[in-house]
Amino acid sequence: MADLRTTFAGIASPNPFWLASAPPTDKETNVVRAFEAGWGGVVWKTLGEAGPPIVNVNGPRYAALYAQDRRLIGFNNIELITDRPLETNLAEIARVKRAWPDRAVVVSIMVPCEEQAWRAILPMVEDTGCDGVELNFGCPHGMSERGMGSAVGQVPEYIEMVTRWCKQITRLPVIVKLTPNVADIKPPALAAHRGGADAVSLINTVNSVMGVDLDALLIDPHTGATGSHGGYCGPAVKPIALHMVAEIARTQAMAGLPISGIGGISTWKDAAEFVALGAGNVQICTAAMTYGFKIIDELCSGLSEYMDAKGFERIEAFRGRAVRSIVDWNALDLNRIEKALIDQSLCIGCGRCHVVCEDTSHQAITATKDGQRHFEVIDAECVGCNLCVSVCPVPECITMHALQPGQIDTRTGRIVDGGYANWTTHPNNPARVTA
Amino acid sequence: MPAPDIRCGRLGEGDYARNFADAHPPLTPVQALIEAERCYYCHDAPCVTACPTGIDIPSFVRRIGEDNLRGAARAILDANIFGGMCARVCPTEVLCEQACVRNTNEDKPVEIGLLQRRATDAYFAAPGAPLFRRGDATGKRIAVVGAGPAGLSCAHRAAMLGHEVTVFEARPKPGGLNEYGLATYKTVDGFAQKEIDWLLSIGGIEMRYGQAIGEQTTLGALSDRHDAVFLGLGLGGVNALGLASERAAGVDDAVAFIAGLRQASDVAAVPVGRRVVVIGGGMTAVDAAVQSRLLGAEEVTIVYRRDEARMPASGDEVEWAQKNGVTIRTWSVLESLENEGRAIAGATFAQVAEVAGKLEATGRRWRIAADTVLKAIGQTLVLADPLLATLVLRAGRIAVDAEGRTSLPGVWAGGDCTFGGQDLTVEAVEHGKIAAHSIDRAFGMVRTGPAFSRVRRAA
Repeated sequence: MADLRTTFAGIASPNPFWLASAPPTDKETNVVRAFEAGWGGVVWKTLGEAGPPIVNVNGPRYAALYAQDRRLIGFNNIELITDRPLETNLAEIARVKRAWPDRAVVVSIMVPCEEQAWRAILPMVEDTGCDGVELNFGCPHGMSERGMGSAVGQVPEYIEMVTRWCKQITRLPVIVKLTPNVADIKPPALAAHRGGADAVSLINTVNSVMGVDLDALLIDPHTGATGSHGGYCGPAVKPIALHMVAEIARTQAMAGLPISGIGGISTWKDAAEFVALGAGNVQICTAAMTYGFKIIDELCSGLSEYMDAKGFERIEAFRGRAVRSIVDWNALDLNRIEKALIDQSLCIGCGRCHVVCEDTSHQAITATKDGQRHFEVIDAECVGCNLCVSVCPVPECITMHALQPGQIDTRTGRIVDGGYANWTTHPNNPARVTA
Repeated sequence: MPAPDIRCGRLGEGDYARNFADAHPPLTPVQALIEAERCYYCHDAPCVTACPTGIDIPSFVRRIGEDNLRGAARAILDANIFGGMCARVCPTEVLCEQACVRNTNEDKPVEIGLLQRRATDAYFAAPGAPLFRRGDATGKRIAVVGAGPAGLSCAHRAAMLGHEVTVFEARPKPGGLNEYGLATYKTVDGFAQKEIDWLLSIGGIEMRYGQAIGEQTTLGALSDRHDAVFLGLGLGGVNALGLASERAAGVDDAVAFIAGLRQASDVAAVPVGRRVVVIGGGMTAVDAAVQSRLLGAEEVTIVYRRDEARMPASGDEVEWAQKNGVTIRTWSVLESLENEGRAIAGATFAQVAEVAGKLEATGRRWRIAADTVLKAIGQTLVLADPLLATLVLRAGRIAVDAEGRTSLPGVWAGGDCTFGGQDLTVEAVEHGKIAAHSIDRAFGMVRTGPAFSRVRRAA
């Protein structure tokens, strides 16, 4: 059996699945239920300064984007940080950590960008006996209007400054949670690294408006007659998160910086993908908010079976293994020629591959053969774009196959030579480098 | 031998309402949404090809999924003005649903028929602004004979094209088989008449009831007074068993039994035998047999001369009969009926086998006690007018070309009275539609927009 235990930024947990700082980790009741269900750790929902807590709207805070059969694939929220008194949260955190010593309890914090504010809260948090802190520089709604959350995460200098304060103030591991609402994730991540962060976690939610109520012609959902943009998450944001995690993982200047992967993780496969791209553990929220805490069973089962099948004893055995496969576009092999192939024994004849290729791509799939409905790739037109594979409703029905050296690409008439060549040396590139 | 037992009121009061309620209840809105999302939106979709009226099924299904029920109904009714009735009576399992690509991997097609019902039910519940408008008047006059699906489809399309239509119907009500020939549980709550009221609301269609061709009017007279005639006569006669004893009390046409039940103001008042034998293997046989059971008959047996697979009724229909407690006996041909006084008491069947494609008696016989024998061995074309009788026929039906033109100039025909179909409502609708466009072309009308190019399927 694979050993799922992880130590992330010095924090041990029985499995790599933490609940992200969010409604599921807002209070003792929920967190205890999560631990009973088997979650490896939690990042407690973000604490703010002492004093009167923030106030949430008491109308819709969430909204969903659905796929077939109302499967939730995207989720939006306008909840702020915890709306419960600081002391209440601190007392509960202390109790939970004492009762569950083997689980990771990390506390998310968001206070103004003033050193004094951090000096005030960090010792109190440390006193709970928690395992670490996560600096919430990611929340893109509400709190950002007050100069916190993503308003900090969008300014690398602030990230570095606050991270440095925290590292000076507390002995706890400091994880910096990053916002995806930036043009490039590397500068904020580098800033956290420079500031001494023990780890980064990403992504927080993406700025979003979920929709418009077409009867009332109002933002949907709305509280009364108005609504506000929220933070978008769930399965639909996973590709954005994977990209940002990979960007950090493959940047030499941040080599070795632990990454907690967050963003649309719903299944063990999603989690394993984050790990393969360098994440030391993962955080989950939307999937739990969609299905409840029980999914931890399926997450652990799937990951464990996968690791057994692949011979990985620990998470570390495959962590980051896919990072080197991500390169800049100009390093891609332009000599490799692939063609789609339709397995006629699996084809159900829906014709979607044909019509999308015909209408929107390269006219490389037939609709008929000898007067009969028949979908077949025309190699002489196929550029290997993978659109047909993407739209085919039958798994494995259409697959891509590379031409072997010596074979002729009937589209170009060229013989595949098997040598590697990319854009940097391509004759069409005015800025090509010559050997 | 017990006395014949044919009577009404075999069941408790609530039983009738339950038995004759909607046989296949509609999908709930949520079920419809989930089902609609199963559609792959195929290119050149096989289901559309399989639909005799060519309804753009992927379009209407996707519209259901997009909360555009009116748009869905429009897509259906554009192609098939009886899309509401067809959603109830089409044998979808041998038409659109058989062609669904979902069958390949799942053996479970998208429930197109039920989705069509969802869209049309939603539309007919609140039709709102008219979907179809009468075309600018052309001054041309068309006589339509028969107010069944073929005739009314032709009439509606002709009205859309601006022609003036008069429909001559022998019966006191419109609908043809939709009104008289369908099992009661297939079209509850007077849907058939509501649908026709809606269809006629386009205007430009005058209805004349009690006008039987050959009696109150003739083809010659209609031709003289109109620019074109469309014959949607249906099949007015029924095949006989060819036995002297078939006039005995208790022997009846299944068609008449079904019509009587449909027209009854109170189904509980319709008499039914205790032991019913239905001879035949088509939809009429199934409808008669199942409804006999639902009226309280204890034993109902369908007797068909070949095997179950070759019964003209679809597999689903046969299964429906069995589910309702109807016994199906095959490879048997009626040999004699037994009378007891003037009433029927039983029937004897000769067992047959197929030898070189022909049925031959095996020499074995079986007897069944019955107080009712319903004949459902096919209907026949009746041409009760000298000019009608000159029409060229094919296999006992009116021969027409791909546009529905008969051998007589200016006379078109469609539906069950013509050769080349499977006697389906949906085909009749298509025949009427095609003929209306053919008539329009014959009038020399110049139309803008995409040309109507559909033709009748080759037999």
